[in-house]
Amino acid sequence: MAAGLADAGRLLRSGEITATALLEEALGTASRTEAQLHAFLTIDSEGAREAAAQADADFADGVDFGPLHGIPVALKDNLCTRGLETTAGSQILAGYVPPYDATVVERLRHGGAVIVGKTNLDEFAMGSSTENSAYGPTYNPWDLSRVPGGSSGGSAAVVAAGSALLGLGSDTGGSIRQPASLCGVVGMKPTYGTVSRYGLIAFASSLDQIGPFTRTVEDSAIALSTIWGHDPLDSTSYAGKYPDPVAGLERGVDGLKVGIVTELSGEGFEPGVEAATGDMLGRLEKAGVQLVEVSLPTFEIALSAYYLIAPAEASSNLARFDGIRYGLRVEGPTTEELMARTRAEGFGPEVTRRILLGTYSLSAGYYDAFYGQAQRVRAAIQEDFARAYDLVDVLVSPTSPTVAFEAGARTSDPLAMYLSDICNIPANMAGHPAMTVPIGLDDSGLPIGFQVMAPPLGEQIMYQVAAEVERQAAFVIAPTAVQVAR
Amino acid sequence: MTWEPVIGIEVHVELMTASKMFCGCEVAHGGQPNTRVCPTCLGLPGALPVTNRAAIESIMSIGLALGCQISPRSVFHRKNYFYADLPKNYQISQFDVPVCHDGYLDIEVDGAARRVGIERAHMEEDTGKSIHIGLGGRIHAAERTLLDFNRSGVPLVEVVSRPDLRSAVEARAYAQELRSVIAELGVSDVRLEEGSIRFDANVSVRPEGSEQLGTKVEVKNMNSFRSLERAVGHEVERQTALLESGGSVVQETRHWDEESGVTHSMRVKEGSSDYRYFTEPDLVPLVMSPEWVAGLGARLPEMPAERRARYLSQGLAPSTAGVLSGLDPGLRAVYDDAVLSGASPQAAANWLTGEVVAWLRRSEADGPLTGLDGPNLAELIEMVDDGAVSSSAAKELLAGIMSGEGGPREIAERRDLLQVSDVGQLDGVIDSVLAENPDAVGEFRSGEEKVVGFLVGQIMKATGGKADPRLVNQLLREKMTG
Repeated sequence: MAAGLADAGRLLRSGEITATALLEEALGTASRTEAQLHAFLTIDSEGAREAAAQADADFADGVDFGPLHGIPVALKDNLCTRGLETTAGSQILAGYVPPYDATVVERLRHGGAVIVGKTNLDEFAMGSSTENSAYGPTYNPWDLSRVPGGSSGGSAAVVAAGSALLGLGSDTGGSIRQPASLCGVVGMKPTYGTVSRYGLIAFASSLDQIGPFTRTVEDSAIALSTIWGHDPLDSTSYAGKYPDPVAGLERGVDGLKVGIVTELSGEGFEPGVEAATGDMLGRLEKAGVQLVEVSLPTFEIALSAYYLIAPAEASSNLARFDGIRYGLRVEGPTTEELMARTRAEGFGPEVTRRILLGTYSLSAGYYDAFYGQAQRVRAAIQEDFARAYDLVDVLVSPTSPTVAFEAGARTSDPLAMYLSDICNIPANMAGHPAMTVPIGLDDSGLPIGFQVMAPPLGEQIMYQVAAEVERQAAFVIAPTAVQVAR
Repeated sequence: MTWEPVIGIEVHVELMTASKMFCGCEVAHGGQPNTRVCPTCLGLPGALPVTNRAAIESIMSIGLALGCQISPRSVFHRKNYFYADLPKNYQISQFDVPVCHDGYLDIEVDGAARRVGIERAHMEEDTGKSIHIGLGGRIHAAERTLLDFNRSGVPLVEVVSRPDLRSAVEARAYAQELRSVIAELGVSDVRLEEGSIRFDANVSVRPEGSEQLGTKVEVKNMNSFRSLERAVGHEVERQTALLESGGSVVQETRHWDEESGVTHSMRVKEGSSDYRYFTEPDLVPLVMSPEWVAGLGARLPEMPAERRARYLSQGLAPSTAGVLSGLDPGLRAVYDDAVLSGASPQAAANWLTGEVVAWLRRSEADGPLTGLDGPNLAELIEMVDDGAVSSSAAKELLAGIMSGEGGPREIAERRDLLQVSDVGQLDGVIDSVLAENPDAVGEFRSGEEKVVGFLVGQIMKATGGKADPRLVNQLLREKMTG
């Protein structure tokens, strides 16, 4: 199997493999692992085979659409795909087939990517374990008794297992980075506004951002180069100059200032995670970085503020699922009753909980104390970050306080589940880029991720540091619980 | 006790932009249901709004025409409520930072000028339409409801007046004036029957002299100016009667029933509805630069009130000024050009508001005026003044001009309509008529006025009706007295 999409791209162009062979390998892996992982909600073998055959024909004709041409890709099932069922992991969208492609999907198709299928997620991307999917949970390819993280657990597991060389996910409060960390792959959330949200089924509009899951840091930078860019269909899309994420990959880190976030360590962080993080910091220091302890006190309250803002936006974003125009409909004697029954039956408990939470925090009389206050915290987080980036080039931390946890361990304790994303949420609240790189396994053989955060549009320096982390870790993606190679 | 009505009007105006507020779908009336729709205006999962710049320019123009302040920065909010024809179950609207605020509109009622404050004008999107089928089309009894989303996302401007109106007549005058301002701007087709402009009234009454506002009732479903006036009048009477008899007004929304001429309670508002407004995160703030505002301000057309004032200053009677001001722009341009060509303003206005409008109505002509322009109207007026044509011949000439037969003099010559106004030529005719009627002079001298009419008739007959009767009359009297 190719080491990643960059490697596969070289093999495709040298004629050593075909896109069809690459796809068949991916489909083969999927068919061997799906019964155990349940990472896909839909596999579009037919569409993928057509796309792969087309890519092979293109290469034969000397037509080259760039680095994703002929590459098998898996999409989180909250990205709209024309003609291909898109459920957001919810019963309320069972059978829903969008009439249009999300902008990222369009970009992938124009780039000649081969879309293998749609991956599992926590319903409407709300969760940290992919156990909230209405279609059943996904399991971790390193240990089938454990969760893959979430909400983009399906894409993380698929890339770890090798059923696709690129997965797309969405990250509202860690939903790419946390599962990437738990599945031992590279996961990246770009600067807010750089990847179009058009066609991403919204969870919390001011926080949602689409990003890639890959097997290498280079792959991540390459994938980002294809999916990002200004989109006139998304008003929050960034229209200025974009950095080159690939340019710094080989530069090394000598002379860079790396900030260690004080607040993201200690209580709640597993010893194995802390040890691996400490070890990586030592290696980076040897590679020439200057380590600086940085305190960002607002990180302590970021989670609370996040759980006011994200549900508030979600309560409004999810109002459109009412049984009137598409998706599930449960009939009732009146329109109001039809809507109420549809929503009661169509939404799972976590989604219902967040809609109620959000509705409450936006209500007259509570707005200022809850939503208004959370927005002020959000501004304070941005100020905290700005002060930190006056001192350092990037900030680092563990990606997740723990390795993959046991399936079911946190399902009855929402607060424990919410704490899974403690390291990830600040970057969403500020709209900054952040990514995770796997750096090793703990004593029980479970992957540990290392998070790198950068200022807005700081993707180039973020990838520069991430590439060094990857070189230092020399981590091998070889999930032990599934048979990934023939 | 004397009760004083306090009335505010909320007006919704559908803009006539090429595309909808937040997507590229066409804005139009009629057509097959659900044909002007896309993922955004259907509220499909994942679709996002993009603000229509032309709509923002339209609301800025409305604000400027109403003397409003234009906010340098304005934001969209989501107004959350569940309704089947509201596809996202929230409406993108504005809350605390509207595009326009603090303006006014001058109206005139019974010759008295009144200035009505405008609280705000904000931008929002229209909803779809529910069509209730069966059992009389009433929502509660309908067998089924069909939804048409062609209107969903059409740009809508809401103009909210201050509670400055004091009678149903004023309410109507305000609504009419506002409609004419918006028509003048050309940003909406302001068709009441199509719902492109809709009026709601907030009505309360209070003891005369009181500074406190009474409990207000929102009255909806008025589809003409007349029904607005009737509904407000009815509501004032209803509330007054209620208070006089010791009752109290309930804060609620009432539905005007045109046929029975009364309002019915629709829903009682317990406090204010909770729409859970919050900033629309899918849109960025609107920034209205001073240059942008100034540019639009410079391009504003003359407003109806300014125009009426100008007409009055040209010496028109107030009633003529009002009617002329309401004519379509093409006719008003003819007036302006005729005056420039030397016509008397009142005469030009009389022709336009009288004969021209009547001719257009008769011929049901909608298109451009074929032959009429300022210079030939001025010429026609001059010919009448000079006695070159009779007033009845002038009407015939006008019809000829409007049918595109040419200029007034040209037609008059062709149709032989010119009057004989040459004194030398008339002298001979008069002399011979007097010679034929020797007794007449004597009768005239003895005070028999009637004889003049008889003689003029004889002279007109002798000239084949082409003599200028005024001139004949004058010459005749001179001869008989002299």
